[in-house]
Amino acid sequence: MPSPRYWREVPARYRLEAGRCVACGAVVYPARRICPACRGERFETLTLSRRAKVVTSTVIHVAPTDFQMEAPYAMAVVETPEGARLMVQVADCEPNEVQPGMEVALEFRRIRKEGKSGILCYGHKAVPLR
Amino acid sequence: MREVAVVAAGMTPFGELWGHSLRDLFVEAALEALRHARAETVDAVYVGNMAGGQFVGQEHLGPLLADHLGIRGVPITRVESACASGGVALRSAFLDVASGMSDLVLAVGVEKMNDGGDVTNVLATAADQENEVYHGITFPGLYAMIARAHMEQHGTTLEDLAAVSVKNHRHGALNPRAQFRHEVTLEQVMTSSLVADPLRLLHCSPVSDGAAAVLLCPLARAREFTDRPVEIRASGLATASMALAQRRDPAFLDAVSLSASRAYHMAGLGPADIDVAEVHDCFSIAEICVIEAMCFAEQGRGGEAARTGETALGGRLPVNTSGGLKSKGHPVGATGIAQVIEIFEQLRGEAGERQVKDAAVGLTQNMGGSGASSVVHIFERA
Repeated sequence: MPSPRYWREVPARYRLEAGRCVACGAVVYPARRICPACRGERFETLTLSRRAKVVTSTVIHVAPTDFQMEAPYAMAVVETPEGARLMVQVADCEPNEVQPGMEVALEFRRIRKEGKSGILCYGHKAVPLR
Repeated sequence: MREVAVVAAGMTPFGELWGHSLRDLFVEAALEALRHARAETVDAVYVGNMAGGQFVGQEHLGPLLADHLGIRGVPITRVESACASGGVALRSAFLDVASGMSDLVLAVGVEKMNDGGDVTNVLATAADQENEVYHGITFPGLYAMIARAHMEQHGTTLEDLAAVSVKNHRHGALNPRAQFRHEVTLEQVMTSSLVADPLRLLHCSPVSDGAAAVLLCPLARAREFTDRPVEIRASGLATASMALAQRRDPAFLDAVSLSASRAYHMAGLGPADIDVAEVHDCFSIAEICVIEAMCFAEQGRGGEAARTGETALGGRLPVNTSGGLKSKGHPVGATGIAQVIEIFEQLRGEAGERQVKDAAVGLTQNMGGSGASSVVHIFERA
């Protein structure tokens, strides 16, 4: 991907920055211009906790090209204590262990490599808390 | 608004059609519909196509396809709403005729998926690229997450999921245009290879080529073109959060529910009035969630419907008599129109071995992405 497309997303992907709607308090991740709950336009920036709970999950066996070497791997929608939900890969565990309600930490990791000469893509992965 | 009817249909078989290009498929389906109505030309065309640019490197389909159909000059618009592109093309054609702007309008859906494109990556463009696909999720993966949430909340079982595929293959075995004209057993489904746990290969609709076309005109003129017109009683379109993570309940398809209530309201009909329905079973779990959101089954009871035969041919409300996306095939942009053709034939009594006795009112539901867009149409024998 062209690098501006990558660095535009850095605040959300690297620092887990979200927006809290000043009008209704909804936490929106990644931040956006208009609150999906109340259409408010004023937000304060907040940083999400680096822990979350699994809402639902799957184990990918047939993977996209950039992830083929990693399959099978677990993916989950997780919810932070602030109420933000994120799509993340769940690493450092048996993929089949990941179940709804599981507590996870969000760790800064390399997400993928775009072929031989593309960008190294970073972000957060979930790791089960033991 | 004027009343609108479907007066003719044309469709290619669905499958791996290596001998046919995107333009060949379009022309075959559109020409068949025109010939049935003995129409030389039309006032307008709407083409549903998800990803011609990515699958075969061809955008700007409007002029290309009008040219190849021999109707250069006619207004033609390409419509995109991922896998709901066909249904939204029908809605566009319906609105064009209903408004009085055009009289004779073709709605065509076409997709050429088998031509070297990276299908997994192309289909994933219907999900949120920055927040979902970036992290390694696939389309089957999104529906697998919906399935796990449904199993967790409602006790839906792996057998329930498999029963949807078994039912739809049983129907598709009776459909001469289906990609897979054979039955599958519960055991075959449950032991097929894993794609995204809990979804296995036989829970997933296939990669297909194909096209489907219907011809619309004002109901008042319908008998110039056919003895047995089918009226479009309602059209409902709705959207929901693009990303699965943004939905409060990942096991409930809000856009489907909203598009259905809009259509029921417009027709003045309810779920109990429907005799036969074609719904978007891109994955077995999708049919379960859709029939709940359409109020064909109670919330959480969609899994039972296929297992107990309620939604099979001969059951209370036959769903996907064509074989559905699972068995008939799923050339994404063509699917929404192919659903309409099954209902058109059912309401005209032309469905052969798949005929639902005395079917008078039918419904189609077509959705895009992980349910972020959904379009519902209701039809009645005129």
